[in-house]
Amino acid sequence: MTLTPEWYLLLAAALFTIGAVGVLIRRNAIVLFMCVELMLNAANLALVTFSRINGTLDGQIIAFFVMVVAAAEVVVGLAIIMSIFRTRRSASVDDSNLLKY
Amino acid sequence: MEHTVQFAPATGLLSGMWLLVALPAVSAAVLLLLGRRADRWGHWLGCLSVGAAFVLGLLSFFALRGQENRAVQLNLWEFISAGSFRVDFGLLFDPLSAVFVLLITGVGFLIHVYAVGYMEHDEGRRRFFGYFNLFVAAMLVLVLGNNYVMTFLGWEGVGLASYLLISFWYVRPSAATAGKKAFLMNRVGDAAFVIAIFLLFAQLGTVNFDGVANQVHTLSSGVTLMLGLLLLLGATGKSGQFPLTAWLPDAMEGPTPVSALIHAATMVTGGVYLIARSNFIFTANSTLQLVVVSVGALTLLIGAIIGCAKDDIKRVLAWSTVSQIGYMFLGVGLGGAAYALAIVHLLAHGFFKAGLFLGAGSVMHGMRDQVDIRRFGGLWKYMKITWVTFGLAWLAIIGLPPLSGFFSKEPIIVAAFERKDWTAWLFGIAALLGAGLTAFYMTRLFMLTFHGPKRWTDDIEHPHESPPIMTIPLVLLAVGSVAAGGLMVGPVPKWLTPVLGHEVRGEAVLAHSAITILAIAVTLIGAGLAYLLFRDGTATAPQPAGALVTAARKNLYIDAFNEAVFEKPGIFLTRALVFLDGKGIDGAVNGIAASVGGGSGRLRRLQTGFVRSYAMSMLTGALLVVAAFLAVQYGWFA
Repeated sequence: MTLTPEWYLLLAAALFTIGAVGVLIRRNAIVLFMCVELMLNAANLALVTFSRINGTLDGQIIAFFVMVVAAAEVVVGLAIIMSIFRTRRSASVDDSNLLKY
Repeated sequence: MEHTVQFAPATGLLSGMWLLVALPAVSAAVLLLLGRRADRWGHWLGCLSVGAAFVLGLLSFFALRGQENRAVQLNLWEFISAGSFRVDFGLLFDPLSAVFVLLITGVGFLIHVYAVGYMEHDEGRRRFFGYFNLFVAAMLVLVLGNNYVMTFLGWEGVGLASYLLISFWYVRPSAATAGKKAFLMNRVGDAAFVIAIFLLFAQLGTVNFDGVANQVHTLSSGVTLMLGLLLLLGATGKSGQFPLTAWLPDAMEGPTPVSALIHAATMVTGGVYLIARSNFIFTANSTLQLVVVSVGALTLLIGAIIGCAKDDIKRVLAWSTVSQIGYMFLGVGLGGAAYALAIVHLLAHGFFKAGLFLGAGSVMHGMRDQVDIRRFGGLWKYMKITWVTFGLAWLAIIGLPPLSGFFSKEPIIVAAFERKDWTAWLFGIAALLGAGLTAFYMTRLFMLTFHGPKRWTDDIEHPHESPPIMTIPLVLLAVGSVAAGGLMVGPVPKWLTPVLGHEVRGEAVLAHSAITILAIAVTLIGAGLAYLLFRDGTATAPQPAGALVTAARKNLYIDAFNEAVFEKPGIFLTRALVFLDGKGIDGAVNGIAASVGGGSGRLRRLQTGFVRSYAMSMLTGALLVVAAFLAVQYGWFA
């Protein structure tokens, strides 16, 4: 059984699905955040795989960009979660539901 | 056409005739714009401007007498220009305009002076004089314009001034309503006048008097008839003639000098002026003349009958004005020589009716604004000057020789008898009957006011004569009432010949002397009857009366007719439109807004505030997009 690029794509799909399901069913903001990271990394894996398949470097470069954006996002996101936790003593995303109709 | 009408350009003194209009107009602007700063001297400026216009009018009159062509025009500037339609702001000074200018500024000046005294205790005296001068300026534009558009400009100007002055005491609901009534009824006539101007331009391509006069014979008789009827409707509106008669008596809500100047001496004669000015149209169609004569005869009887039943001194005089203008319409309708007779009666009427109104104002001044003649009586002892001047005007209006009413009214009656067919009897007898009724109601008014026992209200101790500033105009107008008719009946028709044409008089169905004797006889019978009935005064409370008197007290149901036929359906239509607007159009607009609002109210419930449900919808959307791509890619729906 050779390790063809399709396997990497399947892995990426599996990781993305796990991440998406996690975002939908978990309430804890930190866990939710990690699931988002998981989806981002699944996307990165897919990009690198496509880069390999096509023999160009485009996908890898985009993957770097995604990592940079993800790092920035983590900084902002964790800061928001920290500040919400300090005021509400809770990290549940369902508790912060004031911004509605 | 037998002769061509041509106007000479103005030269010398006559080129300054624009000042006739400008003087009162500038004075009105000063009085109305300066506001309270002009309160102390404003009334004198008002008198001065009209007096100066009178002097200028006299000078222009004499200058015109020295002219070869007695029709002088002055085109000041281009007023309207659109395609082939061109109207100049042009003035025309011809014999007809000249007599009107002298009447308006002369009688107007006397009434202005009188009003200084009459309005002395009124806070709005400056405003009053501003409007008064505005009226004089507009009336002069009306009679001086050299085309129908200029006449219409003045026509609307006097309508505005009339409205402002009727509603002068606008805090009184009755005065405000009377002003609106006058304005609205005038609109009916004005609309007809405007359509007549449109028709003239469409048919002849000109609205100048000379152009129309020279080309009117090219029109078909149907168009001429239509044109004449529209002008006649316009004239009836301004002159309070049947069928647009109902506004004039209510217009007496204004101050008495307004009634004297606008609603007796000048503005209401505008209709007569219009018909006399358009004589080339009216002479061209005998059906048209019959209609004008019928309107005149009908109105003179309506006015006289209602005048007999009224108890308000100014209303009686107002209906009397309606009736006398009926005589003038009768005159201009008869055509030929009677045009000039109508103008003579108009001028004579200007004097004695102004005198009567100012006399009534003087009586009211001394009787704390009482207007009910049942509450006067025995005043001759207290107001000698008013009594004598009012008495002379009374004798003048009922047409006793040798006062002016006799010389101006009797020839119209004779002319009515000169018609070619049986209608001579119809209109002649109507005119005679009107003369008898005039004598009756005027004698009733005079006897009840100045003679008989006192029937005053309790708050009046000692009525006083008015100050000299009011009695001097009265005296001058009384002199005019005595002399004007006899002096004018000869020269004025000759003077007017260039405008109104010269025609030989027809043969009367009765001998001239017989008609004169009949006219004097019915006058004496009417006056004698009133004297016998009212020399001992009358009851101070309303009395039960028969059907005719009741009808006359209610203005022969003219108001009721207007209300039932025009006002009620109008109100109903308005309500229907308001309903349609409110429920239909607004309903649709508001309905759409409400349904959008309601729908949004439900839709916004989707914004739950739960982050994970948003994530779910994003994922669903993304999956749908991907599914759509795949479907297209693999042609699943193809």
